[in-house]
Amino acid sequence: MSTVIILADFQGEAATKTTAELATVGARMGSVCAVVLAPAGKGAAMAATLIQGPISSIAIVESDDVAKHGVAAAADALAQVAKAKGAEVVLVASHAFGKEVAARVAIALESGIITDAVDVAADKVATQLVFGGSTTVHSTVTHGTAVITLRPNSVEVDLTASSAPSETVAVTISDASKKSSISSSQPPVKGGRPELTEASVVVSGGRGTNGDFAAVESFADIMGAAVGASRAATDAGWYPHSHQVGQTGKSVSPQLYVACGISGAIQHRAGMQTSKTIVVVNKDPEAPLFEICDFGVVGDLFAVLPQATTAVSAQK
Amino acid sequence: MSNLDHMKIAVCIKQVPDSWAEKKMVNSRLDREGVDAVLNDLDEYAVEEALRIAEAHGGNEEGGPHTVTVISMGPERATEAVRKSLSMGVNDAILITDAALAGSDALATSAVLAKTIADGGFDLVICGTESTDARMSVIPAMISARLGWAQMTFASKVVVDPAASTVAITRVTEAGVDEISASLPAVISVVEKINEPRYPSFKGIMAAKKKTIETRDLATVGVSVASAWSEVKDFAPRPARSAGVVVTDSGDGGNALATFLAEKKLI
Repeated sequence: MSTVIILADFQGEAATKTTAELATVGARMGSVCAVVLAPAGKGAAMAATLIQGPISSIAIVESDDVAKHGVAAAADALAQVAKAKGAEVVLVASHAFGKEVAARVAIALESGIITDAVDVAADKVATQLVFGGSTTVHSTVTHGTAVITLRPNSVEVDLTASSAPSETVAVTISDASKKSSISSSQPPVKGGRPELTEASVVVSGGRGTNGDFAAVESFADIMGAAVGASRAATDAGWYPHSHQVGQTGKSVSPQLYVACGISGAIQHRAGMQTSKTIVVVNKDPEAPLFEICDFGVVGDLFAVLPQATTAVSAQK
Repeated sequence: MSNLDHMKIAVCIKQVPDSWAEKKMVNSRLDREGVDAVLNDLDEYAVEEALRIAEAHGGNEEGGPHTVTVISMGPERATEAVRKSLSMGVNDAILITDAALAGSDALATSAVLAKTIADGGFDLVICGTESTDARMSVIPAMISARLGWAQMTFASKVVVDPAASTVAITRVTEAGVDEISASLPAVISVVEKINEPRYPSFKGIMAAKKKTIETRDLATVGVSVASAWSEVKDFAPRPARSAGVVVTDSGDGGNALATFLAEKKLI
């Protein structure tokens, strides 16, 4: 049976649901070995949080170099484990860190790479949604190890309990992977809301908010949603750029996307049209986003959202 | 390397289909012929940042000590995007164009760019975080890996100290904020909104017409490129989403919305 290496994804020192998603997809292709990159002394504790997903074994790499040197050191370590295990597939989460790690692993393993897969089948054929989700593409890596990054939140996750045996693997981080040094790290400012690309519900505001996101935020909070914004809203300085959804911002694919006061230019649709359910609130009945919504309300978001917030609150 | 009196800064840029245009596939590749092509939005921030770094330390034009060179790989048509960066104030440009590069993957692209950068004696490479067409976000990391230079990506702030030959960045991603430092040479990618890219001035546009765009083929670059290491098996436009129920708010639109969410078990 072929070996599939997954890079276990952590928030702090706890494995995320993304790790179980990687394992779910990986197990279709072979025996999943989850690599845990941990600071010295933390490996066993972090590995112990890998309790869900079809994981066959855990390889713990303890090295302070990863925290200090970031992407380059992580990729160096992961490539070494992949080589040692004779991996046929390396699966990594498709976020900024994961994609860059995968990029360097592909170079180290002289292998092809596919990014932003939303699914990978047993025969290693990856599914991608490209051009803002307007086109489905199936592709395969044809050279070396298949290095694939998988978008969080895109597959039905197998949450089978896991208690895979773990071993410690020694690696040597090369000097070339230590050229940059991280002097300080701060976790993202959470503000109690989920991360945009991982949220199952996203509520976004656009030009129609006129800069007042209070109604959008209140509805987001009652829904347990992340808050997004259109490019118009971030360009106007109404909301932080890190929340921008669209072609030049983040791509999201939640269970529910609620667009408020967003007309829906291609630029914006490219970042959200793969959402499972789309709800639109806009004063302008001609807003293009109404053409692709599952449910729409033509109306003032400052009237509709507070009422919806109250109604949802009553139903909880 | 220390005390960089004459910094050589390279900016990697890509000509892409206009991000406002509908894109489609032809023969398993993005159709680049049928759409307007522009300088990748996100690369404009890289060009601007390079110019600002040069200007902060004596400038790159009219006798300034530093040079900013754009490097681009693409069809000959990509000269339009290159010209735009020249009109913003970049000194000169290298366009790598070769029929053998059509349909090449990120591995080949990074190999070509890295070889060009290595041969050019650059101290610093600046890229955008991704192209708006492929959106892979892997080229800066790959160039860094191939050159063995410091990787300083997703920078929202860049400070270069030519005297000490060092660079410090603030890296901003969904994982948080990191302060990162390195000795030059380094590969930097900058996030959108790190700066406000300048509009080319009339003077800049006129000056750009006289600037050199050196065109190189693969033999001149000196790398041989394998065919892509990944392969598109099939592709299809996704079925268009059809419009669902749209109601007009007459005082109970919010309740109707909540009812819809409840019916869909989304609450």
